[in-house]
Amino acid sequence: MDLLIINGLLIDPSQDIENLNALLIEGSSVRGIVDRASYSVQGDSAQVKGYPGKKFSVIDAKDKWVVPGLIDIHTHMRDPGYEYKEDIITGTRAAMLAGFTSVCAMPNTRPVNDNKAVTHYMISKAEAMGYVNLFPIAAASKGSEGAELSEIYDLVEAGAVAVSDDGMPIASAELLRKVLLYIKPIGMPVVDHPEELSLGRSGYMNEGTVSVRLGLDGIPQTAESIAVARDILLAGETGSRLHLAHISTRYSVELVRWAKKMGIPVTCEATPHHFSLSDQAVEGYNTDAKVNPPLRSERDRQALLEAISDGTIDCIVSDHAPHGRDEKEIEFDKALNGISGLETSLGLSLQLVHSGIIDKRRLVRLMSQQPAQIMGLKGKGTLRPGSDADVTIISPDDTWIVDRDTFVSKGKNTPFHGMELRGRAWMTITGGTIHGDTRF
Amino acid sequence: MISERGIIGLKDLDRGDIERIVDTAFSLRQTSLKGGKATPSLMGQTVVNLFFEASTRTKTSFEIAAKRLSANVVNFSYGSSSIAKGETTIDTARNIESMKPALFVIRHASSGVMELLSKHLHTPIISAGDGTNEHPTQGLLDIMTIMDEKKRIDGLKVVIAGDIYHSRVARSDIYGMGKLGAKVSFFSPPTLITDDFASLGATVTYDAQEAFTDADVIIMLRIQLERQKTGLFPSTREYARIFGLNEQKLGLARPDVIVMHPGPINRGLELSSCIADSAAHSRIMRQVENGVSVRMSAIYHTIGGGHGPIDH
Repeated sequence: MDLLIINGLLIDPSQDIENLNALLIEGSSVRGIVDRASYSVQGDSAQVKGYPGKKFSVIDAKDKWVVPGLIDIHTHMRDPGYEYKEDIITGTRAAMLAGFTSVCAMPNTRPVNDNKAVTHYMISKAEAMGYVNLFPIAAASKGSEGAELSEIYDLVEAGAVAVSDDGMPIASAELLRKVLLYIKPIGMPVVDHPEELSLGRSGYMNEGTVSVRLGLDGIPQTAESIAVARDILLAGETGSRLHLAHISTRYSVELVRWAKKMGIPVTCEATPHHFSLSDQAVEGYNTDAKVNPPLRSERDRQALLEAISDGTIDCIVSDHAPHGRDEKEIEFDKALNGISGLETSLGLSLQLVHSGIIDKRRLVRLMSQQPAQIMGLKGKGTLRPGSDADVTIISPDDTWIVDRDTFVSKGKNTPFHGMELRGRAWMTITGGTIHGDTRF
Repeated sequence: MISERGIIGLKDLDRGDIERIVDTAFSLRQTSLKGGKATPSLMGQTVVNLFFEASTRTKTSFEIAAKRLSANVVNFSYGSSSIAKGETTIDTARNIESMKPALFVIRHASSGVMELLSKHLHTPIISAGDGTNEHPTQGLLDIMTIMDEKKRIDGLKVVIAGDIYHSRVARSDIYGMGKLGAKVSFFSPPTLITDDFASLGATVTYDAQEAFTDADVIIMLRIQLERQKTGLFPSTREYARIFGLNEQKLGLARPDVIVMHPGPINRGLELSSCIADSAAHSRIMRQVENGVSVRMSAIYHTIGGGHGPIDH
């Protein structure tokens, strides 16, 4: 479509832009940013200087933010294999309605995405709907079993943008070292879920005063941070790109800070649930707050906020992990880990802006520009002329109550049910297309 | 107030509730001692013992307690359950609830299961232990046994020693005794506790001298032998020597110290046989006896017609 988005606050950190000019989209590409003198509006359409005779559909984004399409590089679409939890249609539609234009999908499907056929299936199913762009992250090891390298070059040809055994760490340091070396010429990141299993599987929630009170075996924070340290050292030694999934502890944050100072090619992500909630949320044996890594102490949460504010954390991801009701409405120790996070991600992240922890531009960097850079998504994360017409329009002050029953995702497992949030997506444009299907 | 959902932990009870249950237990024991006849309080009501985890003594104690109140008791145990057929805990409990019992007595290996079930059931629940969370009637019978001897809880030095980390007894004891004003110390190998346990209101110590000196009450916890296999302590020999209760440690306590244990005892491991059988100090059999009275009282206060004085 040919679109002119007017009156909104354009925010594009890649061009150092934050102003009220209009965004011009032709077909599936951004043409540029034009000032008020360059266009004239008649009703629903506009004429733009330099495009004689051409009519652009007008979108009036007054009181809204117009930003490069948001990108969530850590989601579980559960398809193929666990379609009762989520499928690519519901998952990508949930993503679109929540303000995302691109998502990366983790490989812990059934079968595991360790071969071209699954990669192709995922991409083509998402393309057929066209809600958002889906970029698979393929398995780092065959079957994600942590023993043998997967056919990484093949998977990359098929469209994978990174490799990971997420859900599980690459437990063997030797294997992780090989994956890092093997992928190095491609320049793609290895995404590790940092967890030392001998500690990480010792309990059901973060170890601390809450686990003591609830009588639940605890997981120490070193379960994560030991693996973070190991991963960083291997990235330093190999010079390969490492992306650390969902870091959640103060030690992890400090280790990443050190790695960046040392010039080690490491990036990392944090989730809205880890920066919004502490382990207090588990009180009452709330299985919707059961997640891996577990919700941490308030002190860890504060360290995470500081790291988001100072740039140690490179991006915000939902780690969208939808589950069926029967997998959550059971005994706490038996309930599965994970939070259905896509539809609360932007709302929770906006709280960081409203509370002054980050500014708007940092938010866009964390949710669009840097995720695109980490995954090497060309033409994404920016509104530069020629880039893909992926745009999110945010209504920053629209308050709403999280209601799991209105989730588009099949996963209703959220600890944020009933919470009031300020701000959400108003419109999502993917490849120049607006789906008629928006909620608001 | 003891809520309509029953007694699922001492965490949720206030001092008044605890005192009321223990007072009634003393009255009920008097009645039992006078001839041991059942009181007709719960005639015609059905109590279901729903035990998802193996237990002999607690189940028997609850069964005797309910029968002394003239209730009908149905036992349902893991071995004969539908769990083996893949049914969920909630479904199992709801199926039995459809047969209209007056009360569930539930034991389960998962911490927090009582909270989960009470959201799905209308029938009150008395917890007979959930995972490593709570064992409220054990806490109450421990309090009753101390009251028996000391006539008070307030200001007493109570040492709880052993595998604190995995102990639902330690948690119910600290919640209950803490509310009644006891000074509770936890003594344990550092691998079987964390410093965070101090947040429950206890003093955490690794020093036997500090733990046992001037103790009024010593509660030794059972050490699960499989903990040694997972590396939490090196050998039963060292455990007994350093963390078990022997004459020398007992000598640090007050002369009138009483020793308790929730059973079953590993003789010679956490507790020397001499102390276990010591008439002067051991109150282990008294605990078992009081267990019945406390459970009668707990049942009575949950479904026996409110909080008025019991008819005896």
